[in-house]
Amino acid sequence: MADDKKDIDAVSGVETTGHEWDGIKELNNPLPRWWLWTFYATIVWTIGYTIAYPAWPGITGATAGVLGWSSRGQLAEEMDAARAEQAVYLSRIEQADVNAIAADPELVQFAVAGGSSAFKVYCVQCHGSGAAGGEGYPNLNDDDWIWGGTLEDIAWTIRHGIRHEPDLDTRFNDMPAYGRDQILDRDQISDVAWYVRQMSGQEYDEEAAARGAETFEIECSACHGIDGEGVPELGGPRLNDAIWLYGGSHAEIVAQINNPQQGVMPAWGDRLGETTVKQLAVYVHQLGGGQ
Amino acid sequence: MLDQTAVEKLDVEAVNKGAKQNAQPLYAARQKVHPKRAEGTYRRLKWIIMAVTLGIYYITPWLRWDRGPHAPDQAVLIDMANRRFYFFFVEIWPQEFIYIAGLLVMAGVGLFLITSVVGRAWCGYTCPQTVWTDLFLVIERFFEGDRNARIRLDKEPWTGSKIAKKLAKHATWLVIAVATGGAWIFYFADAPTLAYNFATGQAPFIAYATVAVLTATTYVFGGIMREQVCIYMCPWPRIQAAMLDENSLVVTYNDWRGEPRMRGQKKAKAQGLLPGDCVDCNACVAVCPTGIDIRDGQQLECITCALCIDACDAVMDKVGHERGLISYATLADYNHNMRVAMGGENSGAIDPSNVRDQNGNFVDAIRGFKWREMLRLRTIIYTAAWAAIGIALLIALGTRDRLEVNVLHDRNPVFTTLSDGSIRNGYTVKILNMVAEPRTITLTLDGLPGAVMAINGIDAEPGTTFDIPVEPDKLRPLRVFVSQPRDMVAPGSTPFSFIVEEGEAGETDIYNANFEAPE
Repeated sequence: MADDKKDIDAVSGVETTGHEWDGIKELNNPLPRWWLWTFYATIVWTIGYTIAYPAWPGITGATAGVLGWSSRGQLAEEMDAARAEQAVYLSRIEQADVNAIAADPELVQFAVAGGSSAFKVYCVQCHGSGAAGGEGYPNLNDDDWIWGGTLEDIAWTIRHGIRHEPDLDTRFNDMPAYGRDQILDRDQISDVAWYVRQMSGQEYDEEAAARGAETFEIECSACHGIDGEGVPELGGPRLNDAIWLYGGSHAEIVAQINNPQQGVMPAWGDRLGETTVKQLAVYVHQLGGGQ
Repeated sequence: MLDQTAVEKLDVEAVNKGAKQNAQPLYAARQKVHPKRAEGTYRRLKWIIMAVTLGIYYITPWLRWDRGPHAPDQAVLIDMANRRFYFFFVEIWPQEFIYIAGLLVMAGVGLFLITSVVGRAWCGYTCPQTVWTDLFLVIERFFEGDRNARIRLDKEPWTGSKIAKKLAKHATWLVIAVATGGAWIFYFADAPTLAYNFATGQAPFIAYATVAVLTATTYVFGGIMREQVCIYMCPWPRIQAAMLDENSLVVTYNDWRGEPRMRGQKKAKAQGLLPGDCVDCNACVAVCPTGIDIRDGQQLECITCALCIDACDAVMDKVGHERGLISYATLADYNHNMRVAMGGENSGAIDPSNVRDQNGNFVDAIRGFKWREMLRLRTIIYTAAWAAIGIALLIALGTRDRLEVNVLHDRNPVFTTLSDGSIRNGYTVKILNMVAEPRTITLTLDGLPGAVMAINGIDAEPGTTFDIPVEPDKLRPLRVFVSQPRDMVAPGSTPFSFIVEEGEAGETDIYNANFEAPE
C-alpha cells in the first residue's frame, strides 16, 4: 500500500490487502485460528512420520524409521504372499501328470499363465513371442509335430531337449547328408525333391517325380513314412503337408537333402524343474495344435 | 398496534458480522454460535426433511430385494469385490458406469437449477452438514437447554452438573457419529452379515477404519466445527454467486419496510418519528446457525436455512405487522421496492411513508413475489437439460443389452498355416451373461465360407455353432480357433461375425471380426 493508512472496504467494513483487480479488492479477513492449529498439527505429524518411516537423508543412506518399513520389504512381503498362494497350485501340479492337469480347468488356468510367463523367458529366443517360430525354428501353433504333439510328447521334448547330447533321453536322430556324403547323385536328389513336392501338393515335374518316387521309398520312407506322413517316434518330419521348417521350394528341398540342417534344443528338465516343464507343456499344447 | 413490551429484546450480536471482525488480527478464534430454537413453517419443513433424509440414509441398506438365488438380495449394494452395483431392479456392471456418471451430471444440473430458483436450498435444507448439525443441536438443547441456558452454562465454572451435562451431550454425539459411520459401510456389503461380523470383531479392517474415520468427521464437523465447515471449508458458497441472478429467491431482510429499525415504537411515534417494521429485537440473529445478521444483506455465510424468517414472522405476528419482513425475495423485487421506499431514488434514506398509505397498507407500487418469475430462460434451460439427460438415461437403461460378446483377435501370430494348408486365426471371445441366472448361449460363426471353429476346453467336433453354458452374472472367456480350408481362403483380411443368441429371452449380440490370411 502506498500509505500507512489502512484501506477499509466500505461494504464489509473489513481491511483490504490493498490488492485491486478491475475494481475488485481483496479483503484481508483473518484466517480462522483452528486453521493455524491444523497447520501446526500437520507439522507435528510430519515429525512423527519422519521418525516412524524412512526419511532423513545421510551420507550413506537414509534413516530407517522406527517402524522398520521399507518399500523393498513391502515388495518382499507381497511376493511371499503371492508365492504362498501359488504354492498351493504348484504342489498340485507337481503331483499330477500332464493329462490330469489338462483335465482340471483350475490347474489349466494356472499352468497356462505360469507356462506363458516361463515361455517368454526361456523359449521366445528361438520360437518367437507368439510361438510362431521362423525358418529353422518350429511354429508351435500349428498341428505339425516332428516329435509328437500330445501333452506327454511335448513335455518330454521340453524336458530332454533335441540333440542335446549330455541328456541320454534327448530326442535324437540324424538325417544322412545324401549329397555331401555322395550317397545320391545330383539328379537323384533333384528327382526326390520333385517327388516330395508332389506328395505335398505343390507344382512338380511329373517325369522327375516318378523317378524320385523309387528313390524315396528306398532311402527316405523309413523315417519319413511311405507316403511322407512322418514318423514322430523317430522324429521323422511329415513331408506331405503345407508346413516347411526349412522351406518347400525345389531348391530348398534339394539343399536339405544335400546337406541337412538339424535343429537343437536344450534339455530344460534339470534347469527349470518338473512343475515348470509341465506348465510349459500345457501352455504349448493349448496354443492350437495340441493332439 | 400491540404492546411492544410483548416482544423480548434479545441480547445478541452476530458473531460473524463484518464490522465485528474488524479488530483485524492475523488469526481469529472461532466465536461459538448458540443458535436459539426456532418455530414456524420453515422449521417444520426442515424437521420433515431431516427425518426423510436421515431415514433414507439409515434404512436403505436394510431394504431387501429378491433377485433369485444367484445374486445378493440387498436392494442397494455397491459390491466392490465383484465389481457390481445393485439398485433395486437395476444392476450395473463396471462398463455401464456411464449411468452413474449420468446421474452425477443430473445432480449437478439439478443443483444449478435449484440454486438459480431458490438460492442455496441445498445448503439450508438437505446438505448432510446442515442435517447432522441440526441433529446435534437437538441433542445439545436436550441436555443443556436453549440458547440462554447454554450461554450461561458455558460461562459457569466446571461443576459436577456441568460436567455431567457436557459428558452426556458428547457421549450421545459420539453414539450418533458411530451410527453414521456404521450405516455407511452397510452400503458396501450384505448389511445383516456385516452387522454381525462387525459386532463380533470379524469384519475386515477397512470396515472398522471407515467407521472410525466417519465417526471422527461426523463428531468434529457436526458437533464442534459446524458453521466453520460452511464458511471456510466448503467451496459451494464461493461458486453459488455465479449461479444466482436477480430473479433468484434468496432469504432477504426487506429494508424497505423494516427501516428505520427502532425499539419502543410507541414512544418514537409519540415523538413524531416514523419507524419501520423492524423492532430490532434480534430474534433473527439469535436463531442463526452461522452467526450472522441477515439485516446486513446477503452474505457468504448465509446457508438460507430460513430460520430467521420463522423467528421474524413470529415477532411480526405479535406486533401486528404483515409477515415477511424477512422473506424469500428476489433481488429484482427488492431493488424495486427499495426505490419505492427511497422515493424513486436509487439511494438515500428510507421513508416508511413511501411504503405504506395512511391506513397502514402497502402502496400499490410495492411488488411481491410472483410464481411466474421462476420461469425464465435460465431455469427452463436447466430443467430441459436435466430432463433430457434423465430421459436419455431411462431409455438407455430400458433398452440396454443383458447379453454381450467381445472379441479380441490374436495378433501374434496373426494366422497359422496348418498341415492341410488351411489357415487358422485365434480369438479370445468373451461372452457376458449379465443376468443373475445361468444361461446357455449359442455362439455362431457367420459369414466365413467353409470355416469352422474349435474352442479350447470344450470337447466337441469343430463346427459353426456351439452351445456355451455361462454362469449367472458372469463373463466367460473362450479361446476360439477359426480355420478356413485352403481353397476357400481369400487373401488378406475377410470380415465375418460372431453371433451370440439366447433362446428364451430372444437376446442377441453381434461382433464384427476379421479373418486374416496371407496376402
